[in-house]
Amino acid sequence: MNAVTWFGPRLKIQIGAALVLGMCLIALFASVLSPHDPYTQNLMLRLRPPVWAERGSWDYPLGTDNLGRDLLSRLIHGSRLSIVVGLMAMILALSIGTTLGLLAGYLGGRTEQAIMRFADAYQAIPEILLAIVVVAVFGGGVTVLVLVLGFAGWETYTRVAFNLTRSLRERPFVEAAIASGGRGRYVMWRHILPQMSPVLTVIATLQVGQLILQETALSFLGLGLPPPTATWGNILAEGRDRLLVAPWIANLAGCAIVLLVLGVNLLGNGLRETLDPRRADRR
Amino acid sequence: MRYLLRRLLLVPVPLIFVIAFVFVVLRLTGDPVAIYLGLDATPEQEAVLRAELHLDEPVVVQFGYFLADLAQGDFGTSIQFKRAAMEVVMERLGATLQLLTLGLAFAILLGIPAGVACAVWKDKLPDFALSVLAVIGQSMPSFWLGILLIQLFALDLGWLPTSGRGGLEHLVLPTVTLATFLIPNFILVTRVSVLETMREQFVVTARARGAGAARALWRHVLPNAINPVVSLIGLQLGRLMGGAVITETIFAWPGVGRLMVSAIFQRDVPIVIASVFIVAVTIILANLLVDLVQAAIDPRIRLR
Repeated sequence: MNAVTWFGPRLKIQIGAALVLGMCLIALFASVLSPHDPYTQNLMLRLRPPVWAERGSWDYPLGTDNLGRDLLSRLIHGSRLSIVVGLMAMILALSIGTTLGLLAGYLGGRTEQAIMRFADAYQAIPEILLAIVVVAVFGGGVTVLVLVLGFAGWETYTRVAFNLTRSLRERPFVEAAIASGGRGRYVMWRHILPQMSPVLTVIATLQVGQLILQETALSFLGLGLPPPTATWGNILAEGRDRLLVAPWIANLAGCAIVLLVLGVNLLGNGLRETLDPRRADRR
Repeated sequence: MRYLLRRLLLVPVPLIFVIAFVFVVLRLTGDPVAIYLGLDATPEQEAVLRAELHLDEPVVVQFGYFLADLAQGDFGTSIQFKRAAMEVVMERLGATLQLLTLGLAFAILLGIPAGVACAVWKDKLPDFALSVLAVIGQSMPSFWLGILLIQLFALDLGWLPTSGRGGLEHLVLPTVTLATFLIPNFILVTRVSVLETMREQFVVTARARGAGAARALWRHVLPNAINPVVSLIGLQLGRLMGGAVITETIFAWPGVGRLMVSAIFQRDVPIVIASVFIVAVTIILANLLVDLVQAAIDPRIRLR
């Protein structure tokens, strides 16, 4: 058994699921788990190093930031926004994209032309720019972030759902459902959609990782929730101004992001290799 | 030729999208008169400016004026710089294009060979190592990568400058940051494309007729596997621009991305609009170029 077969889909799913589940539990029980309040400032305790450095102490295991706030508590609370925005934006993109793709593939004709040409044109637009403009105008609330990131990522689902629907329509069980008088909505919902759920699950999982990265990037640029809200992007941006005196602030926030996104990506890759054996090469 | 014409006809569609979007957002940013004049303006001054900006006309007419202004490259006067917004943005475009082309070139030069190596040694050590690296790279926020590079090469080792634009040494860290953002996708897409082509009948035939593994790869696999990778370049352009905004911000690179972010905080709407428009046009034109290159290499697309 060599390294390649050993690090197969099962192990990827296990590691990925463990990381994601752990992060979700941390986000859910944030107030119980944090040793301190993430917003209490204490100027006497500014820029305390983490416990493994000299002068570090277990009172503030990951040190404190420039205003003396406990970094561990801030990182724990920061997980919430990333997970919520990542999931909600994915659900929005998935619902819009899949519905449009199903309709285009099932109805064909002019509907297909309109939807697919729209998706093509939409793809040529640099979404991140539009996201920046919208966030700049409306401010970076949770709703705005979800809407902006969700509306930026729907066309992948449309393309995939369209291609799958078109080939599924030719399959005997779908033809039988139509021949026995099934209405369009029933056939799409009960016969076609379940057939493509494995592929959609894989794409959706991998997209959550990308969405979390985009959310943290917007926060980092100062376009997410405004400070003092504890988000990973905000913490990293604050740490960036103190790299010489307190490099651990930026680096620990970076580690938190990587752990969550890596978990999501491992889970998505593992699922792809398991659920979609045709494309097992796309590891 | 027919392909070229058909493709050119598609250029305005996303452009119209962007223009309409920008116009709607512009109308939602609040009253432009209040932004320009400040609090101590008299009602007469307001009325004059309102008429000057055509804000007293119906929305459709306003959109017409907006289009006419855009056609002349007139995005209004920047609030920070007190100059034409278009002029300010065009001055920064060169720096951004330099960063984008270098980052993309770097990503292509490293990512494609790495992807081919993965496919050739499938399930062997190179494939495993590079695939793992690619997944880690995909999970890495580019802004943290940039900050890590600054810590290591600028602050600790002192080999390279932390920020700014100047000689070659200023280019290294921003280019590496931007390229690393793109490389994982190039590795994964190249790998799959080469693997799929390797299974094609014509490759098997070539091998059966005595072509060596190396010849089959160079002459039969790679020319046919390149197309999905070229499409990827087109698909990545938007992401590339997003990466450039972040890279420019981290390294204080004087390009359009950094200008746009700082203009947002200054509420300098003309600059924001002009940047978005110019960048969108650049990306749409680059997409056109990618499609034409693709048609040039692959007759199947040209003749479709």
